[in-house]
Amino acid sequence: MNSKRSFVTIANLSREKIMHLIGMAQEFEKCPNRKILDNRVVATLFFEPSTRTRLSFETAANRLGARVIGFTDPKVTSSTKGETLKDTIMMVSNYADVIVMRHYLEGAARYASEVSPVPVVNAGDGANQHPSQTMLDLYSIYKTQGTLDDLDIFLVGDLKYGRTVHSLLMAMRHFNPTFHFIAPKELAMPEEYKAYCREQHIRYVEHEDFNADIIAGADILYMTRVQRERFTDLMEYERVKDVYILRASMLKQARPNMKILHPLPRVNEIAYDVDNDPHAYYFEQARNGLFARQAIICDVLGITPEDMALQQIC
Amino acid sequence: MKRQELMVAAIENGTVIDHIPSNKLFQVVRLLHLEQLKSAVMVGYNLPSSKMGLKSIIKVNGKFFSDAELNTLSVVAPNVTLCIIKDYEVVEKKCVTLPQVITGIVKCANPKCITNNEPMATRFHVSDGEAGIIRCDYCEKEQPLENVKIV
Repeated sequence: MNSKRSFVTIANLSREKIMHLIGMAQEFEKCPNRKILDNRVVATLFFEPSTRTRLSFETAANRLGARVIGFTDPKVTSSTKGETLKDTIMMVSNYADVIVMRHYLEGAARYASEVSPVPVVNAGDGANQHPSQTMLDLYSIYKTQGTLDDLDIFLVGDLKYGRTVHSLLMAMRHFNPTFHFIAPKELAMPEEYKAYCREQHIRYVEHEDFNADIIAGADILYMTRVQRERFTDLMEYERVKDVYILRASMLKQARPNMKILHPLPRVNEIAYDVDNDPHAYYFEQARNGLFARQAIICDVLGITPEDMALQQIC
Repeated sequence: MKRQELMVAAIENGTVIDHIPSNKLFQVVRLLHLEQLKSAVMVGYNLPSSKMGLKSIIKVNGKFFSDAELNTLSVVAPNVTLCIIKDYEVVEKKCVTLPQVITGIVKCANPKCITNNEPMATRFHVSDGEAGIIRCDYCEKEQPLENVKIV
């Protein structure tokens, strides 16, 4: 089967593979429209809605010249009639050259990659993995800092349930980072990830405070949403809900190279007055998703940078 | 030993699985599919044991299991003793060892795991052999062996 070519998790990617994908994303940014996938079909199977991720993947496929089939709502598919995931994957793989799949169950992407004769790209499987988000985060960090090595990365907000921060932490293990975990006690970085940092010799510091003095040490400030429904103690939520809001006034001592990232959607954790600050990068970050996903789709189909160069039509 | 031999009859040829924690006895029966055997199987339940307080024992006549079959027992009862019997004599004693990959035996504790929602075999890797922690290959959640449920 094609599980080796599939893109299921970020955890097992080598430094070389990450840099290879970043290199491809850079090429796509220079010239996003390349008819590399002319006559190919990309299936986007979204078993749960995720508009931004789907639009990003479908735009990536379209700009590569592929045609896109799929569904955005499983209610219209045979899964409501009791069809298994395996049967859906086997059916779609008769039609498509690559399957991009979002699923609400954890491990669905791994299983799909094991049964599918065509490569599978994980566009998020429940609370487990969302590796294309991590790839675009890595690309954004690389683009803004000129390197992934030796950076001070500050993760802020919900570090307990936020899968993007967990995946980013694992992917950065190759690059000698120093992490700062800034979160309320109830949403602190889980022990298993701190143990992972210790095993991998990743330095980390924990804070509960979030202020200008702390931000002054960051190269990357990665914000996440503190959600009310995550708290068992609502008094605690009321106490901390305004602590983890980033405001423009907190950026006065920030390093010139510091950039603010956020996986979006934001609600109120970044005040609107930050949007015009030169440190704000979250909208460009989302745009980088297009190039990162073009790189991922091409890589699972075995397309090399040399193939890309031949198809430059911008 | 004498007392125990009296309580569960000796077998001529076959396998004795001893020192089974009594609360794991029926899981051992299920793992080895003993209910499907045609040969004689003797089960001693809640027998006195100097080491364990109470233990269980299974004697299977005329049946020799493969190492892979026996190693599945390590998932629920890692300290069982296995005796291979020929002509009423113990010819070999074995311990079970935890396999690195555990396929189709253990149920994943995560209700949102694909393995609990799709007709498929589960698969775990041992992430910490000493602490007895296994990790689901699909949802990547870890769980301790002492709490596992058999599929």
